[in-house]
Amino acid sequence: MKIILLVTAALAASIGFAQSGGNAENGKRLFLRDGCWECHGYAGQGSRDGARIASTALSAQGLIRYVRRPSGAMPAYIDKVISDQELTDIWAYLKTLPGPKPVKDVPLLKSLENE
Amino acid sequence: MAKTKKLDRRGFLKGASAGAAAGAAALVVKPPAASAQQTAQARPAAPLPTPRQVALETGTPPAPVDVYTTDRPGADFMVDVLKSLDFEYIFANPGSSFRGLQESFINYGKNTKPEWITCCHEEQSIAMAHGYYKIERKPILTLAHGTVGLQHASMAIYNAYADRVPVYLILGNEQEIAYRRGDVEWTHSVQDAASMVRDYTKWDDSPVSLGHFAESAVRAYKVMMTPPMEPVVLCANGQLQEEPIPEEERRTLRIPKMTVPTPPAGDPSAVNEAAKMLVNAENPVIVAGRVARTPAAIPMLVELAELLGAGVQDRKFRMNFPSHHPLFNTGNVATADVVLGLEVPDFWQATHTMTPINRMGMESHAITKPGAKLITITAGDLFSRSNYQDFGRYTPVDLAIAADAEATLPSLIEACKRLMTPDRKRAAEERTKKLAEEHRRNRERDLQAATVGWDASPVTTARMAAELWNQIEHEDWSLVSDTTFVSWWPLRLWKFDKPYHYIGGHGAYGIGYGAPAAVGAALANKKYGRISVNIQCDGDLNYVPGVLWTAAHHRIPLLSIMHNNRGYHQEHMFLQDMASRAGRGIENVSVGVTLEDPHINYATLAKAYGMYSSGPIENPNDLGPAIKAALEVVKKGEPALIDLVTQPR
Repeated sequence: MKIILLVTAALAASIGFAQSGGNAENGKRLFLRDGCWECHGYAGQGSRDGARIASTALSAQGLIRYVRRPSGAMPAYIDKVISDQELTDIWAYLKTLPGPKPVKDVPLLKSLENE
Repeated sequence: MAKTKKLDRRGFLKGASAGAAAGAAALVVKPPAASAQQTAQARPAAPLPTPRQVALETGTPPAPVDVYTTDRPGADFMVDVLKSLDFEYIFANPGSSFRGLQESFINYGKNTKPEWITCCHEEQSIAMAHGYYKIERKPILTLAHGTVGLQHASMAIYNAYADRVPVYLILGNEQEIAYRRGDVEWTHSVQDAASMVRDYTKWDDSPVSLGHFAESAVRAYKVMMTPPMEPVVLCANGQLQEEPIPEEERRTLRIPKMTVPTPPAGDPSAVNEAAKMLVNAENPVIVAGRVARTPAAIPMLVELAELLGAGVQDRKFRMNFPSHHPLFNTGNVATADVVLGLEVPDFWQATHTMTPINRMGMESHAITKPGAKLITITAGDLFSRSNYQDFGRYTPVDLAIAADAEATLPSLIEACKRLMTPDRKRAAEERTKKLAEEHRRNRERDLQAATVGWDASPVTTARMAAELWNQIEHEDWSLVSDTTFVSWWPLRLWKFDKPYHYIGGHGAYGIGYGAPAAVGAALANKKYGRISVNIQCDGDLNYVPGVLWTAAHHRIPLLSIMHNNRGYHQEHMFLQDMASRAGRGIENVSVGVTLEDPHINYATLAKAYGMYSSGPIENPNDLGPAIKAALEVVKKGEPALIDLVTQPR
């Protein structure tokens, strides 16, 4: 019994590892195909209708959990529509999208700081 | 009414038709000869004259008929009446049912005050009047056919109605059946022209005499300008327009004096009660709807907010409050103990949550804390219609003052000042400090958010707003478009503090408003030399693109920058939501909501209408130079359009 539990735990860990890795290239394809950009923008910058997700702080599992049961106005996507693996790939792609940079690095915005 | 000869019809051309018939003899069409048939083989065949035409042109000339002219058609008097109402412009697409009026405006009225502005669609005429009003605060005269023209105009009228904007619409109509010439005039005539829009206009009439027209024209203006201001409709009977002013009426016709009523201010005891609640509140919040009926409201709202130390949640319907003021968009309805709603049409939404679209069913509950007091001041309580539901959900409140908010602000401010003790003043100052800090953090957050995707293509709406601001900041500018569909970036980055800096939105979200409202607003800005800026949604422009020609033809300076996201984005998101809800694939949700294959080239479209244009621009680094070049054109008094390929929102 103990052995079975250990094997199960090891298996689960290996799946988790695979999922948390993700394939960013496929994630980009899915991000565009499934319309994540509609609310979140092509750069993941967010908009009136969706949160900023570029360089997301969520883990892959956290993203999957949120997408299955979102707390805001985002549609819930069931696994029949998008699998855990596909979400993991999207997560990997989001990690490649640059997040906010210091305002001082964008001269047009820096000039607005003191207005 | 039988058409009889009268002595007052001058310029009576006897025998004119006999001369015409003699001239027509030279235009006799002979039956085609063989040589003509050979020629016809090389050219597209022309239709042969009908036997009736041949008979008319080769037969015996008809007996001479009387041709009438008159030096005073009834339309001249109508023009006198309408001129007395001081309209600056007429926005209209031409229509035969008001041809008499049009001729009188152009010749008798000398096409000045009002000046005729040629529109390509009646929806355009009304939406232009809508935009014009929100800058100039003066209504525009619009004309349309009582049938097909009004059918085109109706959506724009509903927008103006929901946005509490006065529009003065005259409908041409031939009420007298004997005066209808053929099927066009029969199909363009209607028994009760205004009935189609009666559910979303404030008043209408169909005068049966010139005296009646004068009285109703003045009454319509008065009703329209009394808050809540709404569109009105007046029918101009074709017979009254075109027939001479009856001799017996020429000495008696009068234009009634027009006096716009003072707007209704709140009952003093109710205002004192509101002041007590506000001054004694520990955390008051002001929700601003369509407060700024005139520029005078802005400093008053600032004074009230500063006096109370109250955050101002602006619903973005009007330029209500300076965007850089430390109290702008601060405060929280959820933690407030007193919430003051000023001309807020959706007060329920401001004070309640609703189940998002991604959940089944609908539950709505108050977000205000238990015991919080709600106060409303709105002229909306003085007028409602039942059919169209723009009035929103009924909101239980503790004090409802049925009055114009702007007219009530002076007495409310004075009442608050009277009640303000040193303790309450200190409390207000402390709150102001905290709210100013909240405002500073919001600003910092917005600037940082704008950096994400800065170099992305399609161009982010934040980058678009920042590039625009960089070049208009030191100009006298006016944003003549809504910001809802660009994630409010201009409101988050630019400094809005003048009454003409912002015009709010559609009213009823009837798409097709944006482009014409921008052109109307730009026309109002023209005489002040302001730079009008229009962030133009692509879907919107495709409703009435002919307005670009109006802008070019009338030399209306306007910088339009396309928010070309190549789709109807709101609906795209809704479809995705529905597909997810149904547990079906989400790959097909672009069907019916995208504007791709082929992409629409708006720069080419603008050129076709005679307007300077550039783009499509996909590289964000090309945007700055494009704006600079377009601004040069606008500063010379012409419109210009930049086609920018943008992110969805």
